[in-house]
Amino acid sequence: MGFTAAVITFPGSNCDRDMAVAVETITGGTVHRVWHGDAALPDGLDFIALPGGFSYGDYLRSGAMAARSPIMQAVIEQAARGVAVLGVCNGFQVLTEAGLLPGALLRNAGQRFVCREVALTVGTSQSLFTSGYFKDQRITVPVAHHDGNYFADEATLDRLEAEDRVAFRYAEPVNGSQRQIAGVLNTAGNVLGMMPHPERMIEPAQGGSDGRVLFESVLRAVGVTA
Amino acid sequence: MKVRVHVSLKNGVLDPQGRAIHHALEGMGFAGINDVRAGRLIELDVADTVTDAALDDMCRKLLANQVIENYRIEKA
Repeated sequence: MGFTAAVITFPGSNCDRDMAVAVETITGGTVHRVWHGDAALPDGLDFIALPGGFSYGDYLRSGAMAARSPIMQAVIEQAARGVAVLGVCNGFQVLTEAGLLPGALLRNAGQRFVCREVALTVGTSQSLFTSGYFKDQRITVPVAHHDGNYFADEATLDRLEAEDRVAFRYAEPVNGSQRQIAGVLNTAGNVLGMMPHPERMIEPAQGGSDGRVLFESVLRAVGVTA
Repeated sequence: MKVRVHVSLKNGVLDPQGRAIHHALEGMGFAGINDVRAGRLIELDVADTVTDAALDDMCRKLLANQVIENYRIEKA
């Protein structure tokens, strides 16, 4: 059986199609589009993606409502079983609100929406999402967010660093994130949340393909042939 | 029963919105402002049968994010 993925759509998601196209193009697998109100995920998933957007209009807190939607219970169960879960931008906010990742995403320190390509450094190559990069590699990936300012208490930040769970850091000032954190992994390493959009950087026509490596890494880690 | 939930950012959590308000007030000529923190007020109208424990549960599970926020429940 080939690579099988699900992309969740919440009311207000707007990067779901881009994510589905990226996953399908790069992995050659099957991508199921799943609605947030569904109670169950398809069987046999290798990969689940929570896309960017403005779920529920960012009401209350970004990602707060989406994190409590019916499908998230299934996502939490699959994550506990070791299925690879990627949350990008609003998807990252949803993962923190759901408790799958530590910390929270606050309003950007500069108070402005930031929409541009940014330089990142790869924090670790020891993860199923980042094995195709080398540590400290500098890559370019776009961001587009208002609430991307990563916050966690000092003890949590120390633990993330000690456990090699900072996947990406900003190589330039972007949003005021603690320790320039752009993406973090869970303890088991199968859940990644990141503000930058790798799905928008998968071919030269998009200005670069640095994001492509992330999906290739997942495909390789899952060990199914496309 | 009317219930007010006050949600505020924890000390030490940067509050860009509060800072912007602070800056705007100073720009308008108001002097002597030491700090501004912006929070959120959520008003609920609930049945009298809703317990304090249930209200607390609502705050912990949705209304406040305890990583960054404190909450206070005030019953009218």
